[in-house]
Amino acid sequence: MSGHVHEHIDSTKTYVVVLLALLVATVVTTLVAFVDLGNFSVVVALLIAVCKMMLVALFFMHVRYSTRLTKLVLIGGLLWLAILLLLTLTDFATRGWLNTAGK
Amino acid sequence: MNTAAVQERTNYLNESYGLKSWLLTKDHKRIAVLYFITISVFFAMGGVFASLIRTELLTPPGDLVSSETYNKLFTMHGVIMVFFFLIPSVPATMGNFFLPIMIGARDLAFPRINLLSWYLLIVGGALAIFAMVAGGVDTGWTFYTPYSTTYSNSYVIATALGIFVAGFSSILTGLNFIVTVHRMRAPGMTWFRMPLFVWANYATGVIQVLGTPVIAVTLVLVFCERVFHIGIFDPALGGDPVLFQHLFWFYSHPAVYIMVLPAMGVISELVSTFSRKPVFGYGFVAFSSMAIAVIGFLVWGHHLFVSGQSLYAGLVFSFLSYFVAIPSAIKVFNWTATLYKGSISYATPMLYAFGFIGLFTIGGLTGLFVASLGMDVHVTDTYFVIAHFHYVMVGGTIMAYLGGVHYWWPKMTGRMYPEGWAKLSALIVFIGFNLTFFPQFILGYLGMPRRYHAYPDEFQVLHVLSTAGASVLAVGYLMPAIYLFWSLRYGEVAGANPWGAPGLEWQTASPPPTHNFDKIPVVTQEAYDFSKVAGEVIEVG
Amino acid sequence: MASEVHNAHVESLALREQFDTEEQQKDASTLGMWIFLITEIMFFGGMFAAYTIYRSAYPTVFAIASSSLNVTVGAINTCVLLLSSFTMVMAVRAGQLGQRKMIVFFLILTLVFGCVFLGVKAYEWTEKYEEHHMPGQAAFHLEGTPLQGPAKIFFSLYFAMTGLHAAHMVVGVGLLSVIIFQTMKGKFSADYYTPIDISGLYWHFVDVVWIFLYPLLYLIDRHLPK
Repeated sequence: MSGHVHEHIDSTKTYVVVLLALLVATVVTTLVAFVDLGNFSVVVALLIAVCKMMLVALFFMHVRYSTRLTKLVLIGGLLWLAILLLLTLTDFATRGWLNTAGK
Repeated sequence: MNTAAVQERTNYLNESYGLKSWLLTKDHKRIAVLYFITISVFFAMGGVFASLIRTELLTPPGDLVSSETYNKLFTMHGVIMVFFFLIPSVPATMGNFFLPIMIGARDLAFPRINLLSWYLLIVGGALAIFAMVAGGVDTGWTFYTPYSTTYSNSYVIATALGIFVAGFSSILTGLNFIVTVHRMRAPGMTWFRMPLFVWANYATGVIQVLGTPVIAVTLVLVFCERVFHIGIFDPALGGDPVLFQHLFWFYSHPAVYIMVLPAMGVISELVSTFSRKPVFGYGFVAFSSMAIAVIGFLVWGHHLFVSGQSLYAGLVFSFLSYFVAIPSAIKVFNWTATLYKGSISYATPMLYAFGFIGLFTIGGLTGLFVASLGMDVHVTDTYFVIAHFHYVMVGGTIMAYLGGVHYWWPKMTGRMYPEGWAKLSALIVFIGFNLTFFPQFILGYLGMPRRYHAYPDEFQVLHVLSTAGASVLAVGYLMPAIYLFWSLRYGEVAGANPWGAPGLEWQTASPPPTHNFDKIPVVTQEAYDFSKVAGEVIEVG
Repeated sequence: MASEVHNAHVESLALREQFDTEEQQKDASTLGMWIFLITEIMFFGGMFAAYTIYRSAYPTVFAIASSSLNVTVGAINTCVLLLSSFTMVMAVRAGQLGQRKMIVFFLILTLVFGCVFLGVKAYEWTEKYEEHHMPGQAAFHLEGTPLQGPAKIFFSLYFAMTGLHAAHMVVGVGLLSVIIFQTMKGKFSADYYTPIDISGLYWHFVDVVWIFLYPLLYLIDRHLPK
């Protein structure tokens, strides 16, 4: 067949290492939730989750070898999620600032 | 004219016959025709509701229909027109038909998904129609909570489900367009050789893909709230109804650009062809589409100025809203500059394009009024807002839609429309439109609230003018329905390039063959290059 | 407009008639799936927005409600899902190498892990139902807080988000069943395994959603005294 796509094929070992990292991260995030970090506990939990997401995306979803367009699509999607969350928060985070009911 | 000549060549229309060959087609052109038929039906339905609304408003007391019925009428007018006509209008019909041809592709990237998206629109529409027949829905097309979740006794769930399903139709169309533009361009068709119509539909695809899922999930939450009382939008349980408005407008404001961006793309084509000049500042117009797609997502809070949203958020959203004016103005200025020293012909599509430019400018400028925090407090929920968005949606999108239909009619059907009748109807549409909606600016400014079926006597003159305009507008819309249908059989046979336009869609036969081109073209020239246009040119005075 | 590109070729699975080359088709399919995935990001995004707002509005109630979830079961289920992602990527790898039997083996493993996850989820939901923690139950009650409304909102979000996630899992299980069947029929080879590849993308995406749902739902301020 002509036009066959040149493929990067990762070794099984790479995938096993990624899996182990993901499992360890799951255990870590669970244990760290029982430690009192104050407001930082949510930050730590999200940081670990983002790392896990990166592992899955880069290795399991082959983003490492993807075109720039695919990366752009992914980053764009996350950026739009950020727009949704942040601009909604401009309202909810500043609701109490004026001492006027309903503002 | 010689009808046999048209029948001899195999094209997408006569390649196969029978209902099955249409209902199971994967040809983007046939799917576009299916969309045309479907949304024409929805447009007629929405138009009937609009006529009933305007008739009720002829007299100050609510005498024709009860207030409950009136609530249902304007809701169903909004739901049908927004979700089942305006959203699919240009992209699903002309976009579907011409986007692949304009970039020199045989079809969209995913023809079966394209067909699926038409069926989704049908299913969604069927659900919405079911809701209407069963008893209607009365929440307004915006479904504001807590009324929609707690108090309304009408068919909210069925309607919401219909919109949910139709939303996926829109998502899949957008997805298909984006992939097609990235992966299916003909050799030599670089990004900056693409017609601006393609750019506009690409930008629209981005909005459809990123915005529509949010309204889908919002409607899921409304559904859960109504059925299970989950409390997310219920203040009694600590929920916040304003959150619904945030999620709703996160989609529904960009959705306005889903409706108008492809229309702007049509206008770029029309202005160029009928001035016989490339669009002035091609790059700016192309990027202004992308800018509108992006900035359109940052402004939704201007719908919430008086909804209990934080004043600080209001300031941010008001400020950001002004930025949409920049790319919109770039387009208007560039179209106008294109006309300068152009060899302008006043064919029907161009008349619609002129109408669009004027009316969109009014609609856009009044948008700035309502985007400013102080002004909006006074005109929120008045006819000023109604007039504003009808200038954009009807004066803008539908003008461009009709302009595009006339422009590409010979390509799609192989027949010319009757020019005289078409010009007359374009004129009637323009007059009827202004007569309908301009008085509404004044009504709103004077304080007439939207969504009321009765009003004080002093507003009657303006309401009568508006209703009279609606009648004229209805005539203007009925005329194309008749003469376009007539032209299918009796219209003059059209050549491949009746307008002498340079786009790839004019380099293939009218109607195009199933795979669009006998040979895939190799593109060697910039967009709108009139220097090498071949083919006969019909003189239109 | 001179052209050397012919406009017709015999259609095959790897090369549909609208494409010129197999590479073009594969690129288009992959891009299409990625774009679909960002619509999914936004789809879940609406719920994440609601979650963010109510968690910041009612932090204590959310912590108490979160602590009523079974963290051990949640952690184990997370691991099951991660395992399924691993077997999925191994199936894709087998696809790249054209090892048909290995594709089927790993896809069936993925399917099994997916079903285990759904089974555990069903068990958890039942438990919540018996504890009267399901919104819509007349007897809804969360111990340890007078704010039953916000408590209800937490569980609404819990059921909505995990429910939506589970719905995606069910779709994924359906997809897997189809491609297992197709693989056994010999539809795929090293030259054409795009459906396996893009089903994999979908499966991993659903996994990523859970990677966020797990800490956000199960692990809010676990250190607080009950």
